Amino acid sequence: MADDSLLIVEGVHLIREGTEILHGVNLTVAEAEVHCLLGRNGSGKSTMAYMLMGSGGYLPSGGTVLFGGRDITDATMTERARLGMTLAWQEPARFEGLPVLDYLRLGMAEPSEERVREALEAVALDPAVYRSRNVDASLSGGERKRIELAAVYAMRPRLAILDEPDSGVDVLSLSDIRDLFARMREQGSALLLITHRDEMVEIADRASLICSGEIVMTGEPAHVQAHYCDRCEICDVAREVEEAADYERV
Amino acid sequence: MSVSRTKPVFTQGDEFEAIVRSYERAGGDGKNLLSPKFASMVVSGNQVLSTHELPGLEMVAEQLSDGVAARVTVAPGTKVELPVHLCFGVLPERGTQRIVSHFEIGAGASVEFLAHCTFPNSVEVIHLMEAEVRVGEGARMRYSETHFHGEQSGARVVPRGRILVEKGGAYLSEFSLTEGRIGELDFDYTVDVAERGRAELMVRAYGFGSDRLRTVETIRLNGAGARGLAKSRVAVREDAVSDVIATTEGNAPDSRGHVDCVEIVRDRAIASAAPLVRVTCDSAYVTHEAAIGTVNKKELETLMARGLDEEAAVDVIVGAMLKS
Ligand SMILES: Nc1ncnc2c1ncn2[C@@H]1O[C@H](COP(=O)(O)OP(=O)(O)OP(=O)(O)O)[C@@H](O)[C@H]1O
Ligand SMILES: [Mg+2]
Repeated sequence: MADDSLLIVEGVHLIREGTEILHGVNLTVAEAEVHCLLGRNGSGKSTMAYMLMGSGGYLPSGGTVLFGGRDITDATMTERARLGMTLAWQEPARFEGLPVLDYLRLGMAEPSEERVREALEAVALDPAVYRSRNVDASLSGGERKRIELAAVYAMRPRLAILDEPDSGVDVLSLSDIRDLFARMREQGSALLLITHRDEMVEIADRASLICSGEIVMTGEPAHVQAHYCDRCEICDVAREVEEAADYERV
Repeated sequence: MSVSRTKPVFTQGDEFEAIVRSYERAGGDGKNLLSPKFASMVVSGNQVLSTHELPGLEMVAEQLSDGVAARVTVAPGTKVELPVHLCFGVLPERGTQRIVSHFEIGAGASVEFLAHCTFPNSVEVIHLMEAEVRVGEGARMRYSETHFHGEQSGARVVPRGRILVEKGGAYLSEFSLTEGRIGELDFDYTVDVAERGRAELMVRAYGFGSDRLRTVETIRLNGAGARGLAKSRVAVREDAVSDVIATTEGNAPDSRGHVDCVEIVRDRAIASAAPLVRVTCDSAYVTHEAAIGTVNKKELETLMARGLDEEAAVDVIVGAMLKS
């Protein structure tokens, strides 16, 4: 294992409602690396993201997760975030009455107007227009996703887990996204870029392929991409879980 | 050249200072109560400590055995540029304060009132508010009332409002009790809106401990093209109980109304919302939405993924909802 590994996932199993979803997953992400986790719908990508971030109900039933050399397998989300890990959800939450400005400042170690402006510009949103909008249902799906990316950018995390950052964000071209990620990397962030779109692989340093809750290969992006395009079929397990009952207001 | 009249009725400077301090605790800016630019009235218990009028705006207050009767008149066509500051306070731990008010906003006038009610040491303060309001043709009145009831046991607050909005007039009110304890809130406002008039009622409250809240908002859209919005944002935790009843009636052609209640409940608290819409005219259109639930898990976790602990995350979510 390389010494510069920021994240090390070893043999993680995860059970949801009696069904094992992750079957002994292994994955490493190096400091400031852009690592693409590629997989079809339903392959377990979001489950990985929630597990890594420590979301309620996503505690591994086996295996370990190390972050910056610390065992965080049982750490809370807050602890993980304070160690420098964050997550941009595939379907980000909406907050009634919370201005974009406040939302972006929340995660910043040293909140500054300058950084807020920079973060919004980084996702091609006009700060003058968006800083006072609310992070509520009045934002379009694409705007909300861009604000999520801006919030992650503003936080300057050591590791950003981005769950399908490109879906529904058609205004950002692949080259805009590439620029954004390059800037985040320059600022010292590693990225775990979760996607089912193989063209995203091109902006990664390394890629891993997940299939039915297992990492089936890790290596050169072009190599993993070729394998994915040639061999992977759309599984019949594909199913959205974002609307799952545990995320509804009880 | 405009003249302004100041009537410092009080002699007890200490009491004035104390009330200004508690006014600031309720979110007001004490300077404004002394500034000649702003019209203002300061009432402590049943004493009128000061009134400051402006041209076209008259405030006549008289002492009652248990409070004050005030008559506020804005002459037709008067545009009061800066908000009128009202301060009602009870400084002792116990006592009853009854404010009987009558607002008369002349045709075409516009005015905004910022009222702060403060009972900072309340153990058993009772504050009764009986307001009668007439917003004349094409006039506009905004009334924002913010309360601070101390951190101990809160107060018993009973606001009653009967509001009449004449043709093309607008009445916008906001009642806010989100800092400190509530104690007991029993709010009941009814607005009758004439042709092309507009009414918006908003209540924001955050209850905890053994706080009890009951808010009743009724808007009757009686004139053609009248508009109404009855909105409430309530959060309750621990053993607090809240009951929101918001009614909008569409009684005239092309009247449009909406009822919008959001409540967040935690711990053992109990919240109920009864949005009621009633239409007696086939071209009226009145809608409602009500959502009651605990703090959303995904919202909570999103903030925790930014480094907030659970309690801070809940505070952000509830605070934002109460402001929305
Ligand atoms: N609570 C649950 N109970 C049972 N099965 C679940 C539960 N949550 C997720 N799954 C299943 O686990 C598998 C992986 O889901 P996951 O959301 O991680 O996939 P994904 O790769 O993110 O898919 P997509 O590309 O559609 O976002 C799916 O088959 C899903 O149906
Ligand atoms: Mg997913």
